[in-house]
Amino acid sequence: MTTATTGTGQDARKTETARKPATMAQALNRAMRDAMAEDPTVHVLGEDVGALGGVFRITDGLTKEFGEDRCTDTPLAEAGILGTAVGMAMYGLRPVVEMQFDAFAYPAFEQLLSHVAKMRNRTRGRMPLPITVRVPYGGGIGGVEHHSDSSEAYYMATPGLHVVTPATVADAYGLLRAAIASDDPVVFLEPKRLYWSRADWSPEAPEPVAPIGRAEVRRAGTSATLVTYGPSVPVCLEAADAAREEGWDLEVVDLRSLVPFDDETVCASVRRTGRAVVVHEASGFGGPGGEIAARITERCFHHLEAPVLRVAGFDIPYPPPMLERHHLPGVDRVLDAVARLQWESEWTERPEAFEGGTR
Amino acid sequence: MTVLEQPGAYRPAPPPAWRPRTDPAPLLPDREPYRLLGTGAELDPTLLRTLHGHLVRGRRYNRQATALTKQGRLAVYPSSTGQEACEVAAALVLEERDWLFPSYRDTLAAVARGMDPVEALGLLRGDWHTGYDPYEHRVAPLSTPLATHLPHAVGLAHAARLKGDDVVALAMVGDGGTSEGDFHEALNFAAVWRTPTVFLVQNNGFAISVPLAKQTAAPSLAHKAVGYGIPGRLVDGNDVAAVHQVLSEAVERARRGEGPTLVEAITYRLDAHTNADDATRYRDDAEVETWREHDPVELLEREMTARGLLDEATRERAHEEAEEMAARLRARMNEDPVLDPMDLFDHVYAEKTTQLREQAERLRAELAAEGAEENGEGDER
Repeated sequence: MTTATTGTGQDARKTETARKPATMAQALNRAMRDAMAEDPTVHVLGEDVGALGGVFRITDGLTKEFGEDRCTDTPLAEAGILGTAVGMAMYGLRPVVEMQFDAFAYPAFEQLLSHVAKMRNRTRGRMPLPITVRVPYGGGIGGVEHHSDSSEAYYMATPGLHVVTPATVADAYGLLRAAIASDDPVVFLEPKRLYWSRADWSPEAPEPVAPIGRAEVRRAGTSATLVTYGPSVPVCLEAADAAREEGWDLEVVDLRSLVPFDDETVCASVRRTGRAVVVHEASGFGGPGGEIAARITERCFHHLEAPVLRVAGFDIPYPPPMLERHHLPGVDRVLDAVARLQWESEWTERPEAFEGGTR
Repeated sequence: MTVLEQPGAYRPAPPPAWRPRTDPAPLLPDREPYRLLGTGAELDPTLLRTLHGHLVRGRRYNRQATALTKQGRLAVYPSSTGQEACEVAAALVLEERDWLFPSYRDTLAAVARGMDPVEALGLLRGDWHTGYDPYEHRVAPLSTPLATHLPHAVGLAHAARLKGDDVVALAMVGDGGTSEGDFHEALNFAAVWRTPTVFLVQNNGFAISVPLAKQTAAPSLAHKAVGYGIPGRLVDGNDVAAVHQVLSEAVERARRGEGPTLVEAITYRLDAHTNADDATRYRDDAEVETWREHDPVELLEREMTARGLLDEATRERAHEEAEEMAARLRARMNEDPVLDPMDLFDHVYAEKTTQLREQAERLRAELAAEGAEENGEGDER
């Protein structure tokens, strides 16, 4: 860098790379724009992604900048969108498809499960499909039915897919760029209630983030670990702040990537704290939390002071908007779970019991 | 005061004149399945000889593959006996740079395109899901889920056109497959994007056991094209010259940038759905016999004999070549494929995940223990 004294040049550069408040939606939009500018094989397709810029405006301006051939409004048919994306990928393109809402992605399941997830395997590596399937997911936006599903468990249960979900503005950009660049198909779950969350971020010099497959400790703590992802990360951070009043110092692990799963970071945290609560919006039964709790138990059994607990959505169809607050895991429900982590039996904090000679 | 309170002051504008966005008449399929054999039409003798060689080998290939299921060398074989004209023509109308999208019944089309039959049968042998490198002959993996490969053909053709490449994709599906949603979505996308795609429906009368009457109420499957704004063609699927011509025209049309075509070829599955099926439960032998009279191989041989294009020596040579092909296939399929269980983890992702590496190690240990037991070392444990 120059140490020139003229000042104006430096100021201009500063403005260019300055971090200023940006939304997750802006970061996602920028990620696609930069990917399209750098790689002419990147094509965006979906419903209303063109002139409208997507119902959440995530593809805003892409058709204007790159033309209809690069950012294409498709007929309204999700299996057709993903199915044609498969053919485009077979011919060397790198499609990024938008599913308008979580529950509207279901018609594309057969393409996703039978072809997208398996094509590399079926062809012994000859025909990888570098497709990114963007799915706005989760609740908390007052959406009427079929607009608030947490569908991650379906994708996680399908070998061959990567399942990624950002919780921060920086990750929204970094993970989406990584997903588009990946030679594997990535289901990219966008927590729609975080679309308008803000953070200081520079679109001209986005900060590098950890690769797909790595979790991040968002808040270091010593009492217990909250394992979470996507829309529940801010909830857990808020819960951790509130927990300080109760005397708990909670660690918050943001998984970022559900597949591949970062056992290492999660288990290192749980081994340090000895307690874990998994938090997500998806229904508990058969949900991601069961898998995560099992993985922690299998790997950290001797470090655990209490069973791994789950705070999840109820085992009900996603409720109508006027009732959704009762369904979504909130700060109080997280703190209640933390309170149930068998603190009363912790022997290390009661040396008198230890002196008694029995453990 | 509103206009409604002022009688006579408000004249509703007449609605804009309506007319169909596309004139449906030119899209309508032929009233009768298009035929060439037996019509006295002018036909290229060289093409007929080529088609004949392929049909004879194709029939023998079907018989051999069915026999291999009985010998346990194929897990299953969905035969295209009786449908060879469609299989062969679909392969021969394409240029090398074009792409073929077969369904599970279409291994013969892949073979006719030049693929090693052992590779084409890999899926059905059970040692590899696809069995071949799709890029070698530009043949997509055989699709078992019905019609799901049709949007792939559309997407590939679309991508080729975006890149400025002169490539056509031909996708094959059965009558049953036309009921699937992906059939509809593929035709609609192809029509809207005007992709260079040809859809060949082999209407062989049955979706396993369910006859066409229980599948559709459409006037013909070719008529479905009109709803998408693309032309439908109806052809006698056992008349190899006619299928070849209709598909050639559709391919050329696609190549000229005029968009997709739907071709319905009326044919008949002479064998059961697969070796595991019992066709006597849902159809009469008498019906099968009528179709034997309209057999694609015999139709062509009759025509060529009448035209003096097929003497006994030529016919015998074609059948001898077919026997040789069958013998080679038999011999090679009788060799056990060499399989490495550790391959199971190789192509799930570009790079193995930590979890897959752990699972691979577990399997490796199991295999080592198995090996040790087989070597008599097991007793020591």
